[in-house]
Amino acid sequence: MKEKIITVSNRMGLHARPAAMLVQTANKYQSSVKIIKDDFDIDGKSIMGIMALAAGQGSQLKFIVDGPDENEVLTELESLFKSNFSE
Amino acid sequence: MPKSKNIVLKGVAASTGVAIGKAFLLDEDDFCLIYKKIPKNARASEKKRLDDAIEKTRQELKEIYNKINDILGENYAHITDAHILILDDPTMRRDVYKLIEDGANAEYAIFKVIGKIIRSFESIKDDYFKERKVDVQEVCKKILANLLGKQEKNLINLKENSIVVAHNLTPADTVTIREKLIKGFVIDIGGKTSHTAIMAQGLGIPAVVGLKVASSQIRTEDTIILDGNVGEIILNPSEEILEKYQKNYDKQYEQIKELKKLKDLSVETIDKHSALIFANIDNSGEVSTALNNGARGIGLYRTEFMYFNRNAMPSEQEHFEEYAKVVKEMSQYPTTIRTVDLGGDKFTKLGLLKLGQEQNPFLGLRAIRLCLKYPDIFISQLKGILRASAFGKVRLMYPMISGIDELRDANKILQSVKQELRKKNVSFDENMEVGAMIEIPSAAVIMDVIGKEVDFVSIGTNDLIQYTLAVDRVNENVANIYDPKHPAVLRLIKQVIDSAHKEKIEVGICGEMAGDPRYTAILLGFGLDEFSVSASQILKIKKVIRSVSFKEVKKVSDKILQCGDKESILKIMSTIQVH
Repeated sequence: MKEKIITVSNRMGLHARPAAMLVQTANKYQSSVKIIKDDFDIDGKSIMGIMALAAGQGSQLKFIVDGPDENEVLTELESLFKSNFSE
Repeated sequence: MPKSKNIVLKGVAASTGVAIGKAFLLDEDDFCLIYKKIPKNARASEKKRLDDAIEKTRQELKEIYNKINDILGENYAHITDAHILILDDPTMRRDVYKLIEDGANAEYAIFKVIGKIIRSFESIKDDYFKERKVDVQEVCKKILANLLGKQEKNLINLKENSIVVAHNLTPADTVTIREKLIKGFVIDIGGKTSHTAIMAQGLGIPAVVGLKVASSQIRTEDTIILDGNVGEIILNPSEEILEKYQKNYDKQYEQIKELKKLKDLSVETIDKHSALIFANIDNSGEVSTALNNGARGIGLYRTEFMYFNRNAMPSEQEHFEEYAKVVKEMSQYPTTIRTVDLGGDKFTKLGLLKLGQEQNPFLGLRAIRLCLKYPDIFISQLKGILRASAFGKVRLMYPMISGIDELRDANKILQSVKQELRKKNVSFDENMEVGAMIEIPSAAVIMDVIGKEVDFVSIGTNDLIQYTLAVDRVNENVANIYDPKHPAVLRLIKQVIDSAHKEKIEVGICGEMAGDPRYTAILLGFGLDEFSVSASQILKIKKVIRSVSFKEVKKVSDKILQCGDKESILKIMSTIQVH
C-alpha cells in the first residue's frame, strides 16, 4: 500500500474532463485507488465520486493505492496532475 | 385569457446574437417510477436488463461523441467521455446491483442511487462543481429511457423558425437538434460556462441561460425575442417592439451573412494590392474565434493576463504551456507574442519589491523598462516564449521601446537566454523574428535606426496618440483631444511605414485604429502591411480592403498628409470611393 498527497494545480480543478482523465488512468491498473479530501473518501475509479469532491485549484488530495501495480499507477497519476491535465 | 405582452425575462447572455421565433418546449421527460418487487428467481435477469440498457446507452453516447466530434471537434466531444465513464462508475454499479439483489426493479434502483448522488452534488458550495450534477442527470435519464423503451424527443418535425425552450439542454440535445429552423436556446439553468453555453457559442446560435423558471412560464407557440447580447428574452412582444427587433435582426443577419462570405477570400484591393489581417488576442481561448473569422495570424498576443489574480510570478513552464497552446493552434500562421506590458504596481503582489506610487504611471516604470530593471521576470517569460517557438511560427515583440539602447539591452538578454537553452539542448526556433512596438513618438522618429535592428514593427496607435498629443484618453476633461485624425499622428504613422519599408521590414498596426473601418482606406494608402484587430472586426476590415482601389486610396492618403486640420481631412476621407 502506498500513500501520497497531491495538490490540484490546474486552473479549473477536477471538473468533468480532468475527472474523466483521472478515472481512465486509474482504470488501466489493477490496484485500488482511494482518494481522500477533507472528510470524504471516494473510489478513484468512480467519476461521480471525483466530481462530487469539488476539488478546485489548490485542493490537497490524499491518494491511497493498493495492489500489484501500485507504484506504476501512482507515478502516472502524479504526472497527470503535473501536466495540469493538458488544460 | 389574453396573453400578456412584452414580458421581459432576464438571464445570462450565453451566446451572442438576436433571434426571433416561436417557442418550442422541450419537456423534461417525466418518468413514472414505481417500486416493483422482483421475485428472487428473476433478479439475475433484472440485472441483465440493466446491463443491456447500460450497453444501449453506451452505444448512443458513442454516436453522440462522433457527431459532436464531426461538427465541433474533439475538444467539445470530450464532454461525452465523462458521460461514458459515469455509465461505468463502479460505485454506482455496485449500489444499483445491491438494490436489485435485494429485490428492487432496475428503474427504481437506478433512480434511487442517482438521486442520492445528485443530492450530494447539490450540497456543494462551488457553483461550477454543483453544475456537474447535470452530467449525472443526463446519463441517468438516458439509462431510464432505455429501460422503459421510451423514445427520446426529437425536433425533426419543426416547421417554422423556433426557439428551443427547456429547463436544461444536454450537449447531446444541442448537437442533435442542429436543425436550420432552430434560432436560439432559452434555458432555465446554467451559467456562461455551462455546456449549453459553450456549445451554443460553438454552433453560433444565440442563447440565454440561467432564466430560472422560464420553461414553466413559456407556452408552445408563444413568440419570443431572444437577445443573446444582453441576456434577456421578451415574451409575446407587441407589434411595435417586434418590428423594431425584426428590423435590427434582418439587418444584423444580412450583414453577418455577407461578411461571412468573405472569410476565405483573399485580403486584396480591386487592383490586387494585398495586405494582411491578423487578430489581437488576450489568451489562448480566443484563438478559435480568430481563426473562424479568417485571421491569418496573431498580430498582438497580450500576455498581461498571465500575471493577474495570483500571488506568485508565473513560472517558465506556465508561460510555455499557455503560449504553446496558441502557437500549435495557429499552426502555419504567425503568433506575435508581446512581452508583458504592466507597471510595477501590478507586480507588488507577486513578490516584487514595493516600488511606491508613481506620479505618472504612463510615463513610469512599465513594460520593457520594468523587464530590463528586473530581468528575472523577463527571463522566465522569454524562456517560455522561446520554448513555444519550437511548435510553430512565433514572433517576439517588445512593448514601449523608446530608443535603440532598450532594444539592444532586451536583445542581449534574449541572446543569453537562447545560449542557456542551447546548452541545455532545449529546442526553439533559431530564426524567431524579433520586433518592436512603435508606440512612443521618439521611437517613431528614429524608425530608420530601429528598423536596422528588428525584423518587424507594429504601431501601437492607442499609446502613440496619447503620447504624441499629450492627452490622457481616460481623463474626460481632455478626452476630446484624443483623435487618430490629428495630422501629427497621421504623418507620424506614414513616416514609420516609409522608414520601415526602406529597411525592408513589415509594418503592422495593432491599436484600435487598425480595427476601425473608417481608417482602413487611409492606412492602406499609407502602405500599411498588416492590420491586427479584434476577431469581431476582421471581416469588416477585409470588406473595406476588398472594395477599394489601392491606386485611388494612395492618392487620397497623399492628399490627407498635406492637410493641417481635421475638417479638411474629414472632407477628403469622405471622397474615398467604395466599389
